[in-house]
Amino acid sequence: MKSRKPSIPYIIWMVVFTMIPIIMIGFTAFTDKNGNFSLQAFTNAFYYTNIFVKSLWIALISTAICLVLAYPLAYLLTRMKESTQNTLIMLLMVPMWMNFLLRIYAWVTLLQDNSPIDMMLSLLGIHSTYIGNTGAVILGMVYEYLPFMVLPIYTVMSKIDNGLIEAAQDLGSSNFTVFRKVVAPLSVPGIISGVTMVFVPSASTFLVAQYLGGPDDIMIGDVIEKIFWTDQNTGSAISLILMIFIFVFLIIMNLFGDEEAIA
Amino acid sequence: MKRIISIVLASAMTATCVACLSGCGGSASADAGEVNVYNWGEYISNGEDDTLDVIEEFERRTNIKVNYTTYETNEELYNMLKNSNVSYDVVIPSEYMISRLIDEDMLLELDFDNIPNYDNLMERFKKLSCDPEGKYTVCYSWGITGMVYDKTKVKTKPDSWDALWNKDLSGQILMFNNSRDAMAIAMQLEGINPANCTKADVDKAAKKLKEQKPLLKKYVMDQVFTEMENSQSAIAPYYAGDIITMMDNNEDLDYAMPKDGANLFYDAMCIPKCSKNKENAEKFINFMQDPEIAAANFEYLNYATPNQVAYDDYIDEDAKNNKFIYPSDEYLDKCYVFTNVSDEVYSYMQEQFVKIQAD
Repeated sequence: MKSRKPSIPYIIWMVVFTMIPIIMIGFTAFTDKNGNFSLQAFTNAFYYTNIFVKSLWIALISTAICLVLAYPLAYLLTRMKESTQNTLIMLLMVPMWMNFLLRIYAWVTLLQDNSPIDMMLSLLGIHSTYIGNTGAVILGMVYEYLPFMVLPIYTVMSKIDNGLIEAAQDLGSSNFTVFRKVVAPLSVPGIISGVTMVFVPSASTFLVAQYLGGPDDIMIGDVIEKIFWTDQNTGSAISLILMIFIFVFLIIMNLFGDEEAIA
Repeated sequence: MKRIISIVLASAMTATCVACLSGCGGSASADAGEVNVYNWGEYISNGEDDTLDVIEEFERRTNIKVNYTTYETNEELYNMLKNSNVSYDVVIPSEYMISRLIDEDMLLELDFDNIPNYDNLMERFKKLSCDPEGKYTVCYSWGITGMVYDKTKVKTKPDSWDALWNKDLSGQILMFNNSRDAMAIAMQLEGINPANCTKADVDKAAKKLKEQKPLLKKYVMDQVFTEMENSQSAIAPYYAGDIITMMDNNEDLDYAMPKDGANLFYDAMCIPKCSKNKENAEKFINFMQDPEIAAANFEYLNYATPNQVAYDDYIDEDAKNNKFIYPSDEYLDKCYVFTNVSDEVYSYMQEQFVKIQAD
């Protein structure tokens, strides 16, 4: 039997910082202010159904856009010289060295009135407002999470055995058929972990909407943050529902690919 | 093997629980000759731009070492006092939080023999409404809320909060992203005194805020600085001291004081029950009300000082004549102070405010 000793620190960590907090959230969600059992918190949580739907919808659109942008990029990357690949991956990572809030703040100055983008488009005769709407929120999310989509897809694709591609070519496949029959199916695990890594954090994100959106753009993460100020029971109930949604999403993703793709 | 795991887990859990429960209680003994000050971020003169480094000056004069840490919200301060093991000697909460700390018996009575500079305070700020007997607090600074507007976008100087409901400015209005301040503005327009509001009053205010939402550009707090300084929005309510800072950075901006009255807020220095250096804490409080120090601190903060001697002898005429920083007594009598709002009403207020944003 293999020794379990090396895993002890991780188990302790998981229990203290993941399991206990989740149990506490669960406990708080099912009680009222005085600690008695109550379902009131869930009744309150239902008020925010529209925000739930909107947040999941925004997360879904952001994930789809990320996938559309990232997939061809990852594919093109794998076809380049190795040194070029490394440089480009580096460039993709550079923005992630900066704090996430600072990057969102940079987008505020890029999108506001009389900003560089606004001025350039005005020169072309396009006048509009680019900030304070749902589009800006989605833009911020796509920008934020794109690398999390590119990297897993790229990693999986670059591991595809060149022999398989050559074999397909030897058997007379066109480039498109090689892609459709060999590369695409083998890259599914990358897509699955990419989608998971983008959808889960963007569904629960907060502050992005507060910075880039208008008065109507509030996401479930913002609601949880605000509610927690005074009403921890409802806040916990909403968090719990969000967790269940994400859990269901992970199970659905699980059905598509092998389990190891989902970290 | 299993037994070892469970023992380790059990002890880890016990340790966390003990840490949670003991709160202000336990922890190691403090060294003599230090004082732990816990203040708002950027809320003390620190030597930048030729201002006086107040903490360094205190250390020089008294040889007491200051351990200075900061918080961002009153609630954060409350959580630290209630649930952590750290010991603080001086904290500077706002009026409503002081009421709560007094209610929950979390403050020590001050020994005013050690704080002779207390006599320098303005009468209005001696027995604060949150501490009517004046046993626990020494006022640190105060201010009022008001409006900042962009003269190029708003042609006539607004004189009432209803400028924030002006349809002509639709899409250029900002509003407090903070239930207390936002609700209070709506209440004043409805003729309700926010200081002792009820749930029914909150409902009325919420209705008023719902009418405002379609006209808004955004609900903001700190973002108001970039919005107004970069001429992105036309009008916003905020705190007077910060509005003066914005005006320094954009000359198109001006302030407006609503005739309905505004919120008078103040922060005061208190000593929490977990203090281990009470005498040093009193020395620090006394030092902060030294007229010279209070004046130097005001210069950095732009928030008004409650120190009468500093106001009379040390503060320059420009600042004194600024009616937004030092409003007349008549205006101050129209302002309300948030102290008596019960937890229940406050939590209802917060809930309604989130619902307005969620709808």
